[in-house]
Amino acid sequence: MEANRHKLGLDVPVLEQWWRFFQGLFVGRTYAEDGVPFSCPAPAFGYSFNRHECVTTIVAEAFPITFSLAIGAFVLWLSVGISLGVLAAKNKGKIADKMSTAFVLVGTSLPTFITGILVVLFIVLKFNLVNPLELGNWANPFTDPIGWLKAFFFPCSTLALAYAATYTRFTRSNVIETSSEDFIRTARAKGLSEKTILYKHTLRAALAPIVTIAGLDFAGLLGGAIITEGIFSLNGLGKLSITAVLQTYDLPVIVATTLIASTFVVVMNLVVDLLYAYIDPRVRK
Amino acid sequence: MAENILELNDLTKYFKSKGQGVFNRNPGLVKAVDGVSFNVATGETVGLVGESGCGKTTIGRTVMKLYEPTSGSIVFDGEEISKLSYKKMKPIRSKMQMIFQDPFASLNPRHTVGTIIEASYLIHKVKPAGGTKKTIQELLERVGLNPEHINRFPHEFSGGQRQRIGIARALALSPKLIVADEPVSALDVSIQAQVVNLLSDLQKELGLSYLFIAHDLSVVKHISTKVVVMYLGKIMETANTAELFSSPKHPYTKALLSAVPIPDPVIEKSRERIILKGDIPSPMNPPSGCVFNTRCWKAQDICRIETPKLLKISPTREIACHFPEN
Amino acid sequence: MSAFLEVNNLSVKFPTPDGVVEAVSEVSYSVKLGETLAIVGESGSGKSVSNLAVMGLHNPNSTIISGSAMLNLPSGPIDVVSASTESVRKLRGSSMAMIFQDPMSALHPYYSIGDQIYEAWQVHHKGNKKEGIKRAIEMLELVGIPDPNKRVNDYPHQFSGGMRQRVMIAMALINNPSLLIADEPTTALDVTVQAQILELIKNLQKEFNMAIILITHDLGVVAEIADRVSVMYGGRIVEDAKIDDIFYKSDHPYTLGLLNSLPRVDSEINQRLQAIPGQPPSLINLPVGCAFATRCSFNSIPADNICKTTLPDLVEKTAVHYSRCHLSSSQLITARTGA
Repeated sequence: MEANRHKLGLDVPVLEQWWRFFQGLFVGRTYAEDGVPFSCPAPAFGYSFNRHECVTTIVAEAFPITFSLAIGAFVLWLSVGISLGVLAAKNKGKIADKMSTAFVLVGTSLPTFITGILVVLFIVLKFNLVNPLELGNWANPFTDPIGWLKAFFFPCSTLALAYAATYTRFTRSNVIETSSEDFIRTARAKGLSEKTILYKHTLRAALAPIVTIAGLDFAGLLGGAIITEGIFSLNGLGKLSITAVLQTYDLPVIVATTLIASTFVVVMNLVVDLLYAYIDPRVRK
Repeated sequence: MAENILELNDLTKYFKSKGQGVFNRNPGLVKAVDGVSFNVATGETVGLVGESGCGKTTIGRTVMKLYEPTSGSIVFDGEEISKLSYKKMKPIRSKMQMIFQDPFASLNPRHTVGTIIEASYLIHKVKPAGGTKKTIQELLERVGLNPEHINRFPHEFSGGQRQRIGIARALALSPKLIVADEPVSALDVSIQAQVVNLLSDLQKELGLSYLFIAHDLSVVKHISTKVVVMYLGKIMETANTAELFSSPKHPYTKALLSAVPIPDPVIEKSRERIILKGDIPSPMNPPSGCVFNTRCWKAQDICRIETPKLLKISPTREIACHFPEN
Repeated sequence: MSAFLEVNNLSVKFPTPDGVVEAVSEVSYSVKLGETLAIVGESGSGKSVSNLAVMGLHNPNSTIISGSAMLNLPSGPIDVVSASTESVRKLRGSSMAMIFQDPMSALHPYYSIGDQIYEAWQVHHKGNKKEGIKRAIEMLELVGIPDPNKRVNDYPHQFSGGMRQRVMIAMALINNPSLLIADEPTTALDVTVQAQILELIKNLQKEFNMAIILITHDLGVVAEIADRVSVMYGGRIVEDAKIDDIFYKSDHPYTLGLLNSLPRVDSEINQRLQAIPGQPPSLINLPVGCAFATRCSFNSIPADNICKTTLPDLVEKTAVHYSRCHLSSSQLITARTGA
């Protein structure tokens, strides 16, 4: 018992435990296992005794998957959400607007696990688009783009649906509100074309708040999308964390994934603030 | 009742302004009201005039203790109220009321007219003689509204009518002093006269005193007994109405009067206009010495160095200037 | 000299859930180059709506416009109401320009004022950016912005209200328009700044020989710079005359009432104002007959209660002086002196 405590480094004061961990992030750390020391290179998040691997290695394998999922969904939901929102605002009250409202309703009501299962059952399996056994296989997007698409198109779309719906609604109301601002009337009075007014004046003002929200949404996804990864058998950070919490009780892994997820959010907060200051000169003051 | 319903002595109100950038460097101080002293005699109307950043609205709110004064004294009806706590102010508040500028924003759109006025009674736990509803209806009638509209909502009334509701609300507790903050600026021209007349009538009828805050000198001339002219937080000139308009002594007062357009083409074309150069400085960065020196055509070196004191040059006139007009 | 702008029987209607609102009803006015026409009215009079129609700034999907607004350009007359949206767009900012009431919100917060002024030039010129910015700086100097070479890169929030209005004027005049429509340009400004801006507009008019339409509710401002005045009430023109006639020989009870109710800086002190009773009419339920009848102190003079039953026509009561009133010229003279 004591030996184990010593092996796990739990017999020193908490502050020192923290300091050792913190050091390890920068210079790597040596862990003792069965009396044989085992080194993990920097950044050392810990050692998974469960899997007999450095946590860093485990995380490094899972991260590209989560990142692909996040970036794919991000691009999808931004392009679909914003274009639909603009379309709805331009055609306010008409069919296009009503249809986009329906889309918004569907998108925000369906939880990811329902959408995901529906997509798998009724699209992937039904039309045999992807070999179900291959679902979740990692493919490097630079060397095997088709494989990457096969693995990620459906999970990204599933994840993007809910976000796209929110962004459609947000864009629509912002564009409508911005269109009634005085400076838009001034732009029209100068003789600018409606297209220029929309893209140069209205959108810039209407979408500025989206920068903050999009950044934070993206950061949240970088910590892993648990449900989506589960349904599509993707071994990303989400699957990693949930397994560590519910099944293997692998503490070092939990610490690592939590740390990574929160770091992304904090860094993204700063990035988003700086970006907003770039867009809105009034904030720079 | 005291001879002066309101006495302000060296009143100041400073606001902390946000610093610059991400780290809040150099937080500043906005000296919205910087050493103001004047009195409102019982039963009279003092017009408080000035342009943006002069501090007149801040004075109104500080007098009402909606803002806590930074320093100085406010004596209301013989009692020093500047340091009174929120709790101790409560009974005094029924005697000083405020009318606001925006008739659309100052009434709760979800309350009926009756509820709005009734609130005054409920807050101060007053049961008016003859019943609350009847008293409210009498108030509505007194301000020129139909008493049967007591259950209507604000959006069912026009701007001028909403302002009358605001006045009725202010009168509910029979106050001694009413602070009117730009009460007619947001109204149509043909309605302004109605409301100004109403305020004038009510004053005679009820013996009210007014602190009438406005930027429109023409309106102030019709309702005030005394005028206080402010610029960037300081008083430039105080005089009784007749004197101020016929022989202004402060260069700013002169420029202000000259800038007011007169609806009379012959007079307009023959008037001598003083057009000031430059903008009104920001209250966050007031000029040194006399705050008006940057735009004053008479400014000399001393004006940039030494702030002129507000001096009494006659029983009814005070002026803060190194080189007053003759 | 013929007029540059001739508005004829212009009507502007908005369909709303509560019914069709006729904001402007068969309105006619004109203005020559070098002349300033003031259109005076209170809220709901239709003064802004009619001029927005002249600029083609209404939403074509939710506005019904009829009548005509002719611009007599050197290349030939063009009717803004019936012309295509694209041809009207080309006129905006080049032949006719408009400045608005609130300079705080009229400029885009994210672009520098140099970019915004340059844009106004660039949309109507084929030239490079360097040339455009040079023009922008020239205009800033012309409107009295100090240090224009530096300020051209500043953002709107770095300017005061008066300065922003000058920027708006620079932007409006950069392409030398023949018509400037100024919608309450000084209402949101402090009175000392107002005086500066009005003087600037007067001087620029002389320099550019522009026709100016000044929309305002402030008769003091009208007295300062207008040559002619059209008074609007309830969506119609009720009086149209030269400036001295409007102020000293008004032929309409509304104008008279307005003039008598105004507080003046040169009046007797503590004088009671002569208010007009009642409120301006609702545009959805415009009364039959004269829109001003219920508030008019002379509505019983014409026979048969005609004021409340029949809308009076706009008639030339005296030379070049039109009024929409059932009272005869002599009755109006009595009204002026008696009231």
